[in-house]
Parts: sequence; C-alpha cells; structure tokens
Amino acid sequence: MSVSQPEVNQKKNSTGANLKQNIGKFLNKMGIIVVVVLLCLLFSVLSSDFLTWNNIVNVARQTSISAILAAGMTFVILTGGIDLSIGAIVALAGVCAVSFSGFMPAPLAIIGGITVGGLAGYVNGILTSVSRLPAIIVTLGSMTYLRGIAYVVTGGYPLMVESNFFKSIGTGYLGPIPVPVIIMIAVFAIAHVVLKYTSFGRNIYMVGGNEEAARLTGIKVTSSLTWVYTISGICAGIAGVILAARLFSAQPNAGMGYELDAIAAVVLGGTSLVGGVGFIVGSLFGALFMGVLSNGLTLLNVPYYWQLIIKGLVIVLAIYIDRVRRKKS
Amino acid sequence: MSEGPILQLKGITKTFPGVKSLDNVSMDVRQGEVLALMGENGAGKSTLMKVVCGVYFPDEGDIIYHGKKESWSGPLDARKKGISVIHQELKLATNLTVGENVLMGAEVPKNKFGLIKWDEVNTRAKDLLESIGSDLDPKLLVSSLSVAQQQIVEIARALSIQADIIIMDEPSATLSSKEIDKLFSLIELLKSKNVAIVYVSHRMEEIFKISDRCTVLRDGQYVGTVNTKDTDERELIKLMVGREVNVTKKKVAKQIDRRKETPVLAVNKLSDGKELIDGTLEVYSGEIVGVAGLVGSGRSELLQAIFGHTKAKAGTIKLNGEVIHNKDPRSAIQKGIALVPESRKDQSLFLDLGVGENISVIKIPTNTHFGFIKRKVIQQIEEDYKKKLNVKTPNLATKILNLSGGNQQKAIIARWLSIAPKVLLLDEPTRGVDVGAKAEIYEIIHQLAKEGFSVIVVSSELPEIMSLSDRAYVMHEGNVVGELTGDQINQEAIMTYATGGKIG
Repeated sequence: MSVSQPEVNQKKNSTGANLKQNIGKFLNKMGIIVVVVLLCLLFSVLSSDFLTWNNIVNVARQTSISAILAAGMTFVILTGGIDLSIGAIVALAGVCAVSFSGFMPAPLAIIGGITVGGLAGYVNGILTSVSRLPAIIVTLGSMTYLRGIAYVVTGGYPLMVESNFFKSIGTGYLGPIPVPVIIMIAVFAIAHVVLKYTSFGRNIYMVGGNEEAARLTGIKVTSSLTWVYTISGICAGIAGVILAARLFSAQPNAGMGYELDAIAAVVLGGTSLVGGVGFIVGSLFGALFMGVLSNGLTLLNVPYYWQLIIKGLVIVLAIYIDRVRRKKS
Repeated sequence: MSEGPILQLKGITKTFPGVKSLDNVSMDVRQGEVLALMGENGAGKSTLMKVVCGVYFPDEGDIIYHGKKESWSGPLDARKKGISVIHQELKLATNLTVGENVLMGAEVPKNKFGLIKWDEVNTRAKDLLESIGSDLDPKLLVSSLSVAQQQIVEIARALSIQADIIIMDEPSATLSSKEIDKLFSLIELLKSKNVAIVYVSHRMEEIFKISDRCTVLRDGQYVGTVNTKDTDERELIKLMVGREVNVTKKKVAKQIDRRKETPVLAVNKLSDGKELIDGTLEVYSGEIVGVAGLVGSGRSELLQAIFGHTKAKAGTIKLNGEVIHNKDPRSAIQKGIALVPESRKDQSLFLDLGVGENISVIKIPTNTHFGFIKRKVIQQIEEDYKKKLNVKTPNLATKILNLSGGNQQKAIIARWLSIAPKVLLLDEPTRGVDVGAKAEIYEIIHQLAKEGFSVIVVSSELPEIMSLSDRAYVMHEGNVVGELTGDQINQEAIMTYATGGKIG
C-alpha cells in the first residue's frame, strides 16, 4: 500500500533501517526456507534418527524427483499455466529410455528418453500457445494419452534395466552425494540462472505478469509459452529416467499423481498460480518441505494413511498462512 | 436545496505501513447536493471514499451519519445503511442479465421454497431502470451493453438499496460527451430526490457543470471546501497542487510544406474490417497530430491497426514513403513504431516487476550475449531514461505498482523512447494522471516534437487535443472525417465533425 516517495526522503533512511528492510524482504520471499528449517529442528528433537547423515542423504534422494518436477512446473506456473501431464511423462520417458537401452548405449538411451519427454512437452506447448487452448484442458488430455502410449510401448509390463550405467543414475554416488541429488542441484542452478539472467527468463515473468503488455512490447509470447511446456517435459523426462534407474525397472503406471505434488511444492515455494510472481529456489524448498515431512512422519511411525491426512492439511495450512502474510505486507 | 449535513467526517486518519494516507481529514456531505471531491492522484480521495463506504476502518476520527456516530463492519453494512458506490471500473457480472445485476446485493424476491421469482426480479429491475429514465430490457445480458449502458445498470443497482449517498468515482472516464450529458441529467434527477452525490473527477469542465461544492484534498490532508459558483479553474488547481500550474499552454503550430516533405507516416484507408472503416492520416517529422472523436469512433482501433496489434483488412501504411506491413506489434517495433496504449494496467504495466525492468523491457532482447542480459548496458538505459523523463521512484527495483499513475505513465513513455521510435503513437496519454504529471507529460511531448519525433495523440479530452496538436484529425463511426489545422482546432469544429456534422 505504499505510495511513491521522492528520492530525497528515501536517501535519509539509515543503513540500519535498510538492513532491517532487507531481512524483512528476505523472510517474505523465503518464508518456506524458514519453515523447512523449523520442521527439521522439530523432527530432530522428536526422533534421534532424523539428524543422521544417512537419513539426510535419504531425504535428499527421495526429494530429488519431485524437486526436479517442481523446477519444470515453476516455469509453467510463472506464465500462469499449469501442466498436469508430467506424471504421465515420467512414465513415458522412463519406459522409452529403458526400451531404447535394449538396442543402443545407455547414455544415448537416457538422452533419448529425456528427448521424448521434451517432445511431449513441446506438443503441450504448441497446443496451448498456438491453438490458444486452456493449459489445464490440453495437459489433462495429454496426461491420459501419454499414459496410454506408455502402456502401448511396454504392453503393460515393467521393463527391467540391465545397464549398470543406467542404474547408477538412480543409485550411484559422486563422492558422498547421490547422483540424483547432484542432478537436482544442477537443474535448479540452471533454472535459477535462466530465470534471473537471461532474456528468455525475464520474458517468462512478463508473459505471466501481463500477456497483453508482453505482446504489445514485442515479446515473443507464443514461443515463450511453447518453451516453458517443453522445459517442463524435459524435467519430467529427467525425473522419469531417475525413477526407472532407482527402481531398476520402468513401469507404465509410474509417476501417478506426481503432478499434484509438484504443483504443491511450487505453490508452497511462493509462486503465484496467477503467474508473473515467483522464485525457483522457493520451489526447491517447497519440495524439500514435503520430503522432510513424510520422512519425519515415517520415522515417528505415523501410519501411512494418517500421513496423507497430515500432509494434505499442512499444505492447505501453509498456503493459508502465506496468503495472510502477503496481505499484511 | 441543501440542508444540514447527512454525513460528517471528523478528524479521519488512516495510516498504511510507512504512509499516512489520510491525516486528520474532516468534511461533510449535505442532503441533495453534488459534492465534488478533488485532488491529485495519491491525495487520498479513494482512501477517504473507502473509509466512507466501509472498506477501510479509520485509525482515528469519527463518522457521523444521520446525526449519529457510526462505524460500519464492512462495505455490506455501509450499503445496507444507504451508502452506495459506483466504481471507476464497473463491477458488473457481465455474463448475467441486467435484472440480476441491478438487484445484486439487494434482497432478491423468493417464493416459499426459497427459489428465486424471476418475473419479480425483472419487474423490479425494470421499475428501477425506469425511475432513472432508462428503457433497458432487464433480460439482456450485460456483456451486450455499451459502457454507458452498463453505467446506468450500476446506478440502478445503487438505487436498489434506497441510497442516501452515492459515491461516483470518475464515472465519466469512459463515456462520450453525449453519454456524459445523460449521466448529468440523471444526477440532477437524483438530486431532486434528495440523494447526496459525491463526485470524484479530474475533469474541470464537469466539476463546474455539475457540482455545488468542491472539497479539495492534498497529500492526505484536507485543504478546503469552496462553493463551485464562487471559484474558477485556476483557484481549484492551485488548491490541488499547492502552486500554479499552466496546463493549457497553446503553442505556435508547426508549419509543414506538404509539397516538399515526405510524411514520416502516411496511412491510407486503413481498415480492420470491424470498428475501423477508413483510417487516413499523415504525420510529418517533428509534428504532433491529434486524433479526436467520441468513444467508439475507432481512434484506438486506428492506432492498433497501424501498430499491427489488429490485422489490417484493407488500406496501406507508408513509413518514410515505403509501404510496410505489420503482422504483429513486434514487426512494428522493429520498424521504429511505438504505441503507448490506452489502458496502463491492462496493456502496459508489468505490475509485479521493478520500475527498471518496466522501462527496459523492449531493449532487453537486443542486448544479450548468448541469451544472457548485458546487465550494465540495460542498467544504464534504465538509469538514463528514468532521469530523462523524471520518473520519481525510490529506486529502479521498486515494483512499479507502488508508483503513482503519473510516474507509471512516465515510465511507460520512457520504455518507448528507449527504442528511439520514428513514430510515437500515444493513446490517452494522460488518463488517470494528476494535474502536475499531466503538465510534465505535455512538456515531454512538446520536447519530443522539437527533437524531430513524429507524434500521434489520441485523446478524449478536447483541451488536450487543442493544446498539444499542430494538426488534428477527427473520427466518426470508424472514419476519419475531418482535418483541422492551427486555429481551426477548436471545440466547436471538433464536436461538429465528431458527431457526424459537416463544416463549410
């Protein structure tokens, strides 16, 4: 609710006040980080197993897949769109990569699987941006037909992963850190740089913030939209490969409901569903929040059914608190 | 006609984090009067009205209504007690019927099963509409109405609850002059029914035509109240800005020798196949050309067709003598055409982004290195144009939604100047901008013309056309029907053409 103030007034502010303002700004933007830290503290008090190296690595590895999906979803939601098809893409990319690995070297097969994910996303993007169909409808459709294709490719059976290289993507370590975690960090680093420092990244914020204004300032709206769905598809492809590698098998029914976890992570991270406002690091911590929560509850021996109830309620509560906080500021 | 005050505000103070929006404001509203509430943007008019209609709760001060101290629990409570608001941006459910909208918020007639009695809804709405002299059919969908008709629906809705006070927030902003006349006779009618009207507007001519008294706010403080018939425009502006401002500066029109020069932009019989039928105009180097006409006469459509925002179905556009085709705004921009569109919020601003990015948006794609933005270059551009246009902002990272309308508009003009356009198209450049910033924007436009830019200005405000233009075109029902130069650019000539008349 602030009204513009002349520069002169602003300069009078002491640096102390500025620092306070900056911390406030940081907390406002990164509230989810604070929440994750608090949650970790809580679980380390309640369970002696929580704060062990093994458990931390375990949480990070479990989170990696949903975090990578959330990264792609962040791009889409920043434009004001939504992508419901990523769960199906996880399955399709997984079965494609594994079946490719039957007749080509594993690295190529993996790239092939991710490419299939990217193509599926590209088709979503074209349908949304060129044909101007609502994203929720387009991806609701592709969620179903991509799953169908995954069943057709495998005939409904799981495909076993034979290659050790392929398996190492899901189960290997680089030094003390699991490979999926390294991939997750790389994905977020790239996403952060793209969104913050490239023309394409800024265009995404502009298209999401005001599509009409973006068009009137000569921004390539159509191609920006096509690209965000493609990126979402690529991220889902990566997640699909990791999942197959971790389970040593690709299954056509893998990844069911993953899209909803990703959306929850993005929204928990502070990205607005309306578009134009958001922050990629927030999505990472949104995903970590979900990961830590289910890990902690499991350590505390809370039954799975109850975990679902708690998780759902916590999501609603977190978003409510966030809304109240934003209104105040 | 005026009796004792129906509403008194005493020492109202309202503070938002960091800003004292209202500071000890006192005023009164009398029965059956039209009170104009004036002040620059950010003076606190809207905040004050939101206090009156129950959206905000004052930090300090009393509201005395019908002689009793009151405080509303919310807007609904205030409405029930007889305070109605007609917002600047109409708040109608456009997919519902006129009747439903009129009775929205009022008690809807229901039968004993709790189901709505549609016949009664429609007859009651029809009665209300007739009481204000309108024969609109309650069964029509609101989306099929013109803006002026929608406003009538809003007013009927305000009356559906037996309003004692109606607050009108810039009701004329989107109306043509004929429609404004209708609105005014409606206001007279309401007055005679002893309804008090609080009329918020920037337009001086209207204030003098319709209001009984004027209350002026400045920087959240009460400045004074004057009887309208005892004051003049100069005094009011002085009260509003606290100093003398000259907005109606007439300058010497630039003389163009048409036989020698090639127009920078020549548009011939441009049509979009819908609202724009025949757009024909020329603009020369260093010239400011005004385009006048009533709302809906195709002025904005003409600019949009030139800019490639809508597809041209027929006609030609020549830039420096060469025929061009703009398939989209992007290609127009690449050829050096700039458009500052009509609606800042809907068509220009990226509200959640910084002032800097809002300025540099068009320069960003061409200043990259392998896709990475050249920060230094872009920051320099932002800094330069912020200074050049005197955009007042705490810093470039401040979200643009925190700026006043005038500073937002200057930032948008800065955005377009950053590409050094050959032709600058301005659609209502001072809409929703306060008097001080308006004078500044006029100064900028004059300066641009001096520097050799070609400028086309579309405006609904005749004084704006008259004080800015070297030449002016007038549009009527999609056609450019008249061209005026120098002294010919006057109110009578423009209105004659704009209403379909002929001169000479």
